[in-house]
Amino acid sequence: MSSRETILATIRRSLHASPGDRTRAASVASRLADAPAGVIPARGQLPDDKRIKLFAKMLEDVSATVERLADAGDLPERLADFLKSHNLPPQIVCGEDELLAGLPWKKAKTLDVKTGRADGTETAGLSHAFGGVAETGTLMLLSGPANPTTVNFLPDTHVVVIRAEDIGSDYESVFARLREAYGKGNMPRTVNLITGASRSADIEQTLLLGAHGPRRLHVMIVG
Amino acid sequence: MQITSPSFKDNARQAMADADLQRALGNVEKGFINKRAKAVAKLPEFEDLRDSARDIKNHTLAHLDLYLEHYEKKVTEAGGKVHWAADAEEARKIILDICKSVDAKRITKGKSMISEEIALNAALEASGHEVSETDLGEYIIQLRGEHPSHIIAPAIHVNKDQVEADFRRVHDKLPPERNLEAPESLLAEARGILREKFLSADVGITGANFLVAETGSSIIVTNEGNGDLTQILPRVHIVTASLEKIVPTLEDVSQILRVLARSATGQEFSVYTTLSTGPKRAEDPDGPEEYHVVLLDNGRSSMIGTEFQDMLRCIRCGACMNHCPVYHSIGGHAYGWVYPGPMGSVLTPSLIGVDKGGQLPNASTFCGRCESVCPMRIPLPKMMRHWREREFERHLSPATTRWGLSAWAYAAKRPKLYKMITRLGAMALNLASRNKGALRWWPLAGGWTKYRDLPAPQGKTFQQMWAEQKKAARS
Ligand code: SF4
Repeated sequence: MSSRETILATIRRSLHASPGDRTRAASVASRLADAPAGVIPARGQLPDDKRIKLFAKMLEDVSATVERLADAGDLPERLADFLKSHNLPPQIVCGEDELLAGLPWKKAKTLDVKTGRADGTETAGLSHAFGGVAETGTLMLLSGPANPTTVNFLPDTHVVVIRAEDIGSDYESVFARLREAYGKGNMPRTVNLITGASRSADIEQTLLLGAHGPRRLHVMIVG
Repeated sequence: MQITSPSFKDNARQAMADADLQRALGNVEKGFINKRAKAVAKLPEFEDLRDSARDIKNHTLAHLDLYLEHYEKKVTEAGGKVHWAADAEEARKIILDICKSVDAKRITKGKSMISEEIALNAALEASGHEVSETDLGEYIIQLRGEHPSHIIAPAIHVNKDQVEADFRRVHDKLPPERNLEAPESLLAEARGILREKFLSADVGITGANFLVAETGSSIIVTNEGNGDLTQILPRVHIVTASLEKIVPTLEDVSQILRVLARSATGQEFSVYTTLSTGPKRAEDPDGPEEYHVVLLDNGRSSMIGTEFQDMLRCIRCGACMNHCPVYHSIGGHAYGWVYPGPMGSVLTPSLIGVDKGGQLPNASTFCGRCESVCPMRIPLPKMMRHWREREFERHLSPATTRWGLSAWAYAAKRPKLYKMITRLGAMALNLASRNKGALRWWPLAGGWTKYRDLPAPQGKTFQQMWAEQKKAARS
């Protein structure tokens, strides 16, 4: 017998379960199909404006910075200002995301926008988040040509753009949108839930920012 | 790794005499207890979420075979491969074969307790691979040639000046006059050195906090981002996970994630929670070309259906050891194998045998703090008692315990004799403590009094009080 068969047989024996037991199979099938929600905290269940405010506050609590833009057209200039205010070079790397590609980059003349994955030489990365979770100030980013995962981790500064309407109350609502977008049971290669900038407390439990990922997380809420 | 659990008592004695360790252990309480309490207080639904998390795992364990089969199907559909490993040796062989098949030279690793359990680093190094741990704590102990002393803070036993000394010793190409006084400079130095390793690695190995049956995803939860760089940069991503890590759906994992970070570090949510499904897609500009999951059993399938099944709900948050007075005084290494603290005391005898791990369930004061903070509501003290009973039955406990208990059983069955002995005993103990209320030594009780004072009984025996109460109730 292969280890696979031995392990499964041991589990079935321990559970006194027969492989053909229909009730067990039905119980598993229905849980996988229905994916029942459990306890959802009340904290994030708020009307639009309050929910967005909570999202921003939770992010600030984990040392991210947040700004809100009424018009996406202002983003290039605001981004250039942000980089300048932190004495960062006017360069950014981002994927082929539609929202990002459609921005009026000409408005920020000095800004150098590189498209593609990050390779470790860039100082700042720009991503468009698929969704946000107000409950804990969490961003959800999906891998792919639009937003390569290396952009989230290699540059020292990570700027994330999110549409206000994509900020949900809880993880469940954003996962539900993901299911709609990719089909039930299917996922992009990498889904990153990001809540703040990289940190470590491994030296005497002292919290330090900028462990291996970005030292700085800046979130721009559009709308 | 060498198992030293059988000499637990000696290990504990040495740990208590180790001044550096005692200094470092002060950070356990400082670092975790208040933070957890604050995070819990901020979420009114926390206790309900604990129930929900417990129920999800109970349901999953009762259908474990079916969820594992579905999970494997989903991983395969996404282009990945699941390898089933019955024991540590088989798991090592699978991983070595994968590394060989892609001619791997450099290997980076994210934090994984399963990797410790199967002693993976030693095997990889013996086959000529260069292995780098990338979690800061794991990196520090790799330089020191040690093992983790805590499941989420592996270097909690090390002080900053020791880290500085290790960095100076190992990073000998850097200018010796550099200033490493601030912890920030130590972090920056490790970051610089490990960046190069990330970018040149052929294989990245991570653990998994969860495996999701619905989607075939593995999930890692970290704060540093090292696990992510480990898995997106090399050509091959290998996940090492034990089979009880499975959860049915994304909704289920959302429930458990809500109690994990709060119980572990007191964060509302960890910085990076990453779901990985299969290798990179054809159009993806980054990510691994191969994705393997090594699913380890190593004795767990036999825990199902026994009084230790509940232990398989454990999500390795570390709260039980963070709140354990025994762990606070001796740290993690004294437990002698991979898993320390209350969860280790229960799990270790299951995984390496009661003959080797049977001493550990004695490392408890039965204060119950571990169970009261365990997000998965695992009855740790009860299970430690089960082990003690088993150990006694197997006649592995020292002769004094056995004789003492038989004598007690003889007397307990004879009420008059019992009453007399307990009254005399209480008087004698009180006298011996010179009415100070505590004893530093008592015949045959050396196992207790060597490590703690024995409180002398105050006042009357239970039976005397019982009789008086009954009388009072009647009148
Ligand atoms: S036993 Fe409970 S408290 Fe201890 S590590 Fe496991 S889940 Fe956490």
